Amino acid sequence: MSAERRTAAELADALAAGETTSVELTRASLDRIAQVDGVVHAFLHVDAESALAQAEASDARRAAGTPASTLDGVPIAVKDVLATEGLPTTCGSRILEGWVPPYDATVVARVKAAGLPILGKTNMDEFAMGSSTEHSAYGPTHNPWDLDRIPGGSGGGSAAAVAAHEAPLALGTDTGGSIRQPGAVTGTVGMKPTYGGVSRYGLVALANSLDQVGPVTRTVLDAALLHEVIGGHDRKDSTSIDQPLPALVEAARQGATGDLSGVRIGVITELAGDGWQPGVMTRFQESVDLMVKAGAEVVEVSCPHFVHALATYYLILPAEASSNLAKFDAMRYGLRVWPEGRPDASAEEVMRATRDAGFGDEVKRRIILGTYALSSGYYDAYYGQAQKVRTLIARDFEAAFERADVLVSPTAPTTAFRLGEKLDDPIAMYLNDLATIPANLAGVPGISVPSGLADEDGLPAGVQVLAPALADDRCYRVGAALEALLLETWGGPLLDRAPGLNGAPA
Amino acid sequence: MPEITRDEVAHLATLARIDLDDAELDRLAPQLSVILESVASISEVSGADVPPTSHPLPLTNVFRDDVVEPSLTAEQALSGAPAQEQQRFSVPRILGDEQ
Repeated sequence: MSAERRTAAELADALAAGETTSVELTRASLDRIAQVDGVVHAFLHVDAESALAQAEASDARRAAGTPASTLDGVPIAVKDVLATEGLPTTCGSRILEGWVPPYDATVVARVKAAGLPILGKTNMDEFAMGSSTEHSAYGPTHNPWDLDRIPGGSGGGSAAAVAAHEAPLALGTDTGGSIRQPGAVTGTVGMKPTYGGVSRYGLVALANSLDQVGPVTRTVLDAALLHEVIGGHDRKDSTSIDQPLPALVEAARQGATGDLSGVRIGVITELAGDGWQPGVMTRFQESVDLMVKAGAEVVEVSCPHFVHALATYYLILPAEASSNLAKFDAMRYGLRVWPEGRPDASAEEVMRATRDAGFGDEVKRRIILGTYALSSGYYDAYYGQAQKVRTLIARDFEAAFERADVLVSPTAPTTAFRLGEKLDDPIAMYLNDLATIPANLAGVPGISVPSGLADEDGLPAGVQVLAPALADDRCYRVGAALEALLLETWGGPLLDRAPGLNGAPA
Repeated sequence: MPEITRDEVAHLATLARIDLDDAELDRLAPQLSVILESVASISEVSGADVPPTSHPLPLTNVFRDDVVEPSLTAEQALSGAPAQEQQRFSVPRILGDEQ
């Protein structure tokens, strides 16, 4: 099998056995990027020279018998919302065009310390606001399964990069589903860790109380391996959990045996019904049936306040985002635009002109909405009320986890839609995150695993496994079990069924 | 829930320090009204006696010892500045506005 199709775990084994080198693997990824990224557009920036230098250093460590980690030498792509010293970081926005951070995000520092060569930065909706990458100021990413369709968002670049075999691993961020929903629509795996389980230092914040960094991969085991590299306490993040991670890789390996005896799985009543694509629901039901066959006990659980999750999210998120994005003021970094014909303009006038020129439509919509929700006279009715409903949603989870060890639902209500289809209809776009948002509001972990292809359109769908806070290992155990059971029925990885990227120049 | 008018959007844009032109205001105002309508259901959820959640996990303040550590150099801190002068951020005039 060609190097780029192998899993990160297999590549790590091959490196350890001396069957390949990091330079070979990194070159293979760079070649694949050169071959297909012209049509996929998963990357905003590729740094071949730096990646190869890091790969050479990795090979030297291996040769000396001192690899920095299991994954030392396996290349990785990084979402452009994470600060990378010496590599541009734009967040998909014009306002940060060309900005090169003077420091690394903690997760980036950990990836480097573990020896993974960084290939480049992946495309995203501007400041992670969106479900399709169409809100990137640098043009959308295309779904490798069908180049006319969206790869999900906001982390569509990272998901497409692993789906198109441009990178074995990627980092994403998930504020309302931005790791999991792209995973579902590209047939890949995406994990949102427990809030506080992975450091947010150096992550350009969208909504501080919702954001989490996590792995974007092709297999559950690969996600666990990467999660163990990036996770754990960081004193630079005051919301970081000061306790060890659960044994995630071990949980994934245990799950891969396909045995779910004694595991109680809760199916969430509210995450089904009108608006859910039949093919997505069929694949979901099959996944549940497979887990039952593997020994799991299934209970139906009701989370009555989940119906208000979308409304809650679209008040809390804009409120936090409008405050966060106030820092883009044209003074210390990023774009500075002078009002036309006004060389004597004041700082405030420059700020207003810069923010108009530098932010795209969706960012402006959410800043205005957040400013409204926080303004005097409306605060109690909107933001205050949303915070109370957030409590009710967290209580729904608590009650559900008394009856079940994990909760499951389809990750997204539909398969990938066509580029442009929902661009002018914000509400239709927001509905893609219906199933993923509750986990962010409550801070619980969730993983999306491919469930198969929908009958209507032959496109991938995903199953989401949610666990209580700090029990990320359950996501890996159940996710790996489901993955193993489905692999058996498919007879090989789902991504092997993706049509070749025929649009790519040879 | 009140509808959001074009004038209100213009006012909010001023508060948020974004120059929106007429075309943007025409487009944004109705979109924001639709979004607000769709989140209006939140007011119908009873929650008078429910405490608000600002953070998903219960956390208390985190402190560290106040010791000097290596940090960015002035050159690094200024590396992304649109303009700089004498190791400082150079900014447009901040006084003299009508406000």
